[in-house]
Amino acid sequence: MIVRDTFVATTTAFLDDPRTVIVLADISAAAFAPAAAQHPDRVINVGIREQLMVGVAGGLALTGLRPIVHSYAPFLVERTYEQIKLDLDHQGVGAVLVSVGASYDRAAAGRTHLGPADVALIDTLHNWTVHAPGHRDEVPGLLRDVVCGQESAYVRLSTQSNAQAYPEAGDLRVLRDAGPGAALLVAVGPTLDAALDATSDLPVTVAYTHRPRPFDTTGLRALANSAVILVEPYLAGTSTRLLSDALADRPHRLLALGVRREELRRYGSAADHARWHGLDATGLRRSITDFLSPALV
Amino acid sequence: MTTLATTARVAEAAAPLDGRDPVAPLLERVRAGRQFGANVLSTLDVLQVLYDRVLRITPATVDDPDRDRFLLSKGHAVAGYYALLAAKGFIPPDWLDDQGGPSSRLGDHPDRTLIPGVEIGSGSLGHGLGLGVGTALGLRAQGRPDPRVYVLLGDAELDEGSNHEAIAYAGAVGLGNLTAIVVDNSSATHGWPGGVATRFTVNGWTAATVDGRDRDALHPALTGHHGHRPHAVVALVRDGE
Repeated sequence: MIVRDTFVATTTAFLDDPRTVIVLADISAAAFAPAAAQHPDRVINVGIREQLMVGVAGGLALTGLRPIVHSYAPFLVERTYEQIKLDLDHQGVGAVLVSVGASYDRAAAGRTHLGPADVALIDTLHNWTVHAPGHRDEVPGLLRDVVCGQESAYVRLSTQSNAQAYPEAGDLRVLRDAGPGAALLVAVGPTLDAALDATSDLPVTVAYTHRPRPFDTTGLRALANSAVILVEPYLAGTSTRLLSDALADRPHRLLALGVRREELRRYGSAADHARWHGLDATGLRRSITDFLSPALV
Repeated sequence: MTTLATTARVAEAAAPLDGRDPVAPLLERVRAGRQFGANVLSTLDVLQVLYDRVLRITPATVDDPDRDRFLLSKGHAVAGYYALLAAKGFIPPDWLDDQGGPSSRLGDHPDRTLIPGVEIGSGSLGHGLGLGVGTALGLRAQGRPDPRVYVLLGDAELDEGSNHEAIAYAGAVGLGNLTAIVVDNSSATHGWPGGVATRFTVNGWTAATVDGRDRDALHPALTGHHGHRPHAVVALVRDGE
């Protein structure tokens, strides 16, 4: 849980600001115990009560504090969806939600601990920032940015990691330029390394972002040609709407890859699930070459 | 159709404490000839005692961090609430004439971003107490011991499990600046055997159960907290009132 350690250390440091308050529902409470000992009124563990966790965050924000709310992705976002919608957004207040677990970090735990729909659910709401960092060293900077803001943000931590961090890659950052007219692949968060491997000898420009919301549509329009490939670590197609809208005035083809909706009912490891969802380098390459083959022939 | 009896009931429910209370005519403006449900009348006395004698909030202090907070969790009970907000000068009485209209700030459920003095937007049941717990924690974390947080719920609203998350937690941590008021008109489909108050006291709250139409009983109940435990007031109202 290396990325969680980074989150805990970074967030604990934020408590120096008297506006910061952390709300937990038992998950990671032990890791925050030293912070709680120092700031008992601003490290709040409500027990295994996720609805209350988000309701409390809304009330804290109403008094002017900046809540950071943390749990497993499905418990933080899916179980509390109405609290997020009403106790934060409808009240006109913001919070920073930070999840662990991602789509299948704890694959052996089974369906209850898989959270592939989190970003799609947050995406039903207005004006949220979403980060899906692909490396632990991206976490402190993006956390600082969203905690220092006023609006709501969702930070999706994952034990899946790329080899290298790109802390400044909120806007699209080109990591491989295949030249004019090439297809554009946008890799979100920890999908980057597999996407780079999959396309190492293909005429594909690869761009990376750890901030799918707000999506860098300006960068997309500058980089995109007639073929765009989107690789996301959560539900396939989650960002299709935004990319289609951004390119509505151009003829283009779009391939959206990500976690499939089917419940696999299998355990194993995160790497196994990536392979089963076609998100390992081999699977990505198969999908991408199929998509590009009319142009390659 | 509105019956004479209903109209008389509204007037009686809104009867002034001092003989000059302006709420009754304001409530008639909100009513605009419609028939009110039982939930409107059942909350009127509690609301009047709160705004007349308990809450330390005025139109001038709606943004004061040290104001008392009143959170209407049963957001459908707006008619008396809006009438009181107008009577106390939080909103212009003119707003009452167009409730729910396309240009109105007053919906069938309140929106805090549209109405001065309204602390939360509500409507979906079971959200106010969690928000109230968070508000009470936020005041405590900022070293503000004076303001108190009052949340008004209904006995049927207690069906929502989110309330029980809040009740158990607030009791466990001794959230002494929180008061939950449950207007109990026996509308919960499966009832609360043993009484509503027991749901609170078993979790460490103090509680008082009083006649919800008796203002002289409501006042000591609403101010009967002790400072180190959350407090519940169950206001009993006969079915259909």
